[in-house]
Amino acid sequence: MALARRSSNLLKPLSTASSSSSFLNRRPFSTDDSTTITIETSVPFTGHNCEPPSRSVDTTPKELMNFFTDMALMRRMEIAADSLYKSKLIRGFCHLYDGQEAVSIGMEAAITKKDCIITAYRDHCIFLGRGGTLLESFSELMGRQAGCSRGKGGSMHFYKKDACFFGGHGIVGAQVPLGCGLAFAQKYRKEDHVTFAMYGDGAANQGQLFEALNMAALWDLPAILVCENNHYGMGTAEWRAAKSPSYYKRGDYVPGLKVDGMDAFAVKQACKFAKEHALKNGPIILEMDTYRYHGHSMSDPGSTYRTRDEISGVRQERDPIERIRKLILAHDLATEKELKDIEKLARKEVDEAIAKAKESPMPDDPELFTNVYRKGFGVESFGTDRKEVRATLP
Amino acid sequence: MRKKMKRHTNPTRLLLLCHTKSTNENDGSWEGIQGVKMMQQGFISQHVAARALSALVSGNYVQQRLRPAIRPYSSATKEMTVRDALNSALDEEMAADPNVFIMGEEVGEYQGAYKISKGLLDKYGPERVVDTPITEAGFAGIGVGSAYHGLRPVIEFMTFNFSMQAIDHIINSAAKSNYMSAGQINVPIVFRGPNGPAAGVGAQHSQCYSAWYGSVPGLKVLVPYSSEDARGLLKAAIRDPDPVVFLENELLYGESFPISAEALDSNFCLPIGKAKIEREGKDVTITAFSKMVGYALKAAEILEKEEGINAEVINLRSIRPLDRETINASVRKTNRLVTVEEGFPQHGVGAEICASVVEDSFGYLDAGVERIAGADVPTPYAANLERWAFPQIEDIVRAAKRVCYRSLPMAVAVAATA
Repeated sequence: MALARRSSNLLKPLSTASSSSSFLNRRPFSTDDSTTITIETSVPFTGHNCEPPSRSVDTTPKELMNFFTDMALMRRMEIAADSLYKSKLIRGFCHLYDGQEAVSIGMEAAITKKDCIITAYRDHCIFLGRGGTLLESFSELMGRQAGCSRGKGGSMHFYKKDACFFGGHGIVGAQVPLGCGLAFAQKYRKEDHVTFAMYGDGAANQGQLFEALNMAALWDLPAILVCENNHYGMGTAEWRAAKSPSYYKRGDYVPGLKVDGMDAFAVKQACKFAKEHALKNGPIILEMDTYRYHGHSMSDPGSTYRTRDEISGVRQERDPIERIRKLILAHDLATEKELKDIEKLARKEVDEAIAKAKESPMPDDPELFTNVYRKGFGVESFGTDRKEVRATLP
Repeated sequence: MRKKMKRHTNPTRLLLLCHTKSTNENDGSWEGIQGVKMMQQGFISQHVAARALSALVSGNYVQQRLRPAIRPYSSATKEMTVRDALNSALDEEMAADPNVFIMGEEVGEYQGAYKISKGLLDKYGPERVVDTPITEAGFAGIGVGSAYHGLRPVIEFMTFNFSMQAIDHIINSAAKSNYMSAGQINVPIVFRGPNGPAAGVGAQHSQCYSAWYGSVPGLKVLVPYSSEDARGLLKAAIRDPDPVVFLENELLYGESFPISAEALDSNFCLPIGKAKIEREGKDVTITAFSKMVGYALKAAEILEKEEGINAEVINLRSIRPLDRETINASVRKTNRLVTVEEGFPQHGVGAEICASVVEDSFGYLDAGVERIAGADVPTPYAANLERWAFPQIEDIVRAAKRVCYRSLPMAVAVAATA
């Protein structure tokens, strides 16, 4: 089977911070929030119908350290989920996000918990970014009561409404019109917030996306469409699925920005820029050039349609956590050992959360019938044997 | 050498033979199916019967070659998985007719999301095994349009949950066209893919669409169970001039079934609209389709062993047309009905079957009709809840016992007759 590929820019080399103003002396890792460090993004932004923001991103030592810690936790969580799936504690579908952490982290750094996020099924790390806990995550994956959806949703259906995270959707592309709907409500209510509707390169060709985008543009909705382009829609490479894989340009009259999605600071800058734009001018598309190390899901080895060299190449050249590690070391914010300790701590936290999740019981049987409606009017519902199992929906 | 003629105890099992004029697939002048003749296995035509009888009498075994399509019955049973059955059916139909092509997500280079189309891209090339973007509404529409213009597409939905994105084309563009155009535009398309629950895939990936599609005039809806069903029904579907919704089951793909030599023949088709009596019985009729046929058969074994209840299990094979004749004939024999399905109960397949039996065979019923179906809730993810959400074998056993009034302890029953 020929894996003929066009040339890809997937292995662009990292450039570490070239110009940085550091006010720090050499000292152990810092939680300094007041010092400004300026980081240059790996590559400049490319704009479509808009003037791209500057490559220089301001940050603080605390933010840098948090980026590292949070991404290390996300990475660990996904790797642990892989093992849990293989030991059959996680059932059904499991789509892992390792490699793409910078998109979630960078986005959260630029927005508030009152801005909405909606995504597809690769949602574990987005949930964590929104403030979800490891325990809720692992419990949900294993179908336990402590899960964020009390075990009834599963991997693809994580939600956190109090942090304006609206899931967690299994049907490719459906979340984009939904996201525009969230933005519609935000504008309707005159809120000063925006919605980030996330989707992949596979979903980018869905008709409903363009329908919703047209309306968002027509009505100036504060919707930001974020295409997480990891270059493969399940087993199909982007050039085999899209006549134009320049997803940031696909909005035509809607401006777009192409962003290095493996660079958390580029993502942060882009999301900040997009939020300002959306509140004033309506929708904008962000294309995050990113990569997933795992296959599409745990049922997909991920190596029949891409080479192992490509995967390890990206890991070596563009890994988001490695990038932050190099920045931290370059700015003397922490030692190598301290960073390794942070990773060990992440591992420990993940292991503890898994152990606690395993103790959480499975949902009680009557949960089969809860939450069918918000308001059921006392209507009857039935089990498989309608003479044996009936319930009244409150 | 004298071979024992295989006796068929199942008189309603039908064998459909399809004729083709040209046997040379390379001559480019394939002329399509000339005619379809239905034969009942075990009820061979008079001409052959006479020869067979004399052969037995004379002690000579003569191979009964009615037409090139019939092979002599073999006593050795091959096994085949449903996956291989579907793959071989697709392969043969593509070989037989250059207008047949496959379209869908990951059907080509990925070899099929569930490996049903494995090897077909290499064999037939990218023009006939077409990988699509993840755009169901688009490619279903493109498929129907190509069928308008004479091609015979086999459109794969990775699961039928995603067919909801394309349902307008299935119903409004495909099902109704022949009617609206007064016969000018028929749509020889097959929509196929896994339907219903798998294991732990959650609410948006577990719905059964048999009732939805089964309610639409202009569509044919098939639900294979065994490998023989899979082969025979898929080949019939592809040869059929009307739109066919072909509902498979992910959990059955890996299951192996014995397959007869006739079923392996490249002209083997099963009739559309005919149910199969998988197990004959006289006490209660259990209708089922797809994976539930296996459950119903197991339930029948338990009923026999533990209760002495002799259940007749009907494998529907076809939701539309629904074989009301076979179902009613069976209920008139057994006087009791239990329908089984995985889909939601309200307006389900079982509801239609119960209505049909109550309308046509009311006087024959000795007990109320019973339905076993999926629970009336979106599918939960947690394993224990998911188990409650879909029929189990004991549900079928319990319902069958109820219609046989076996819930009464024996002593009471005896006292009542005294």
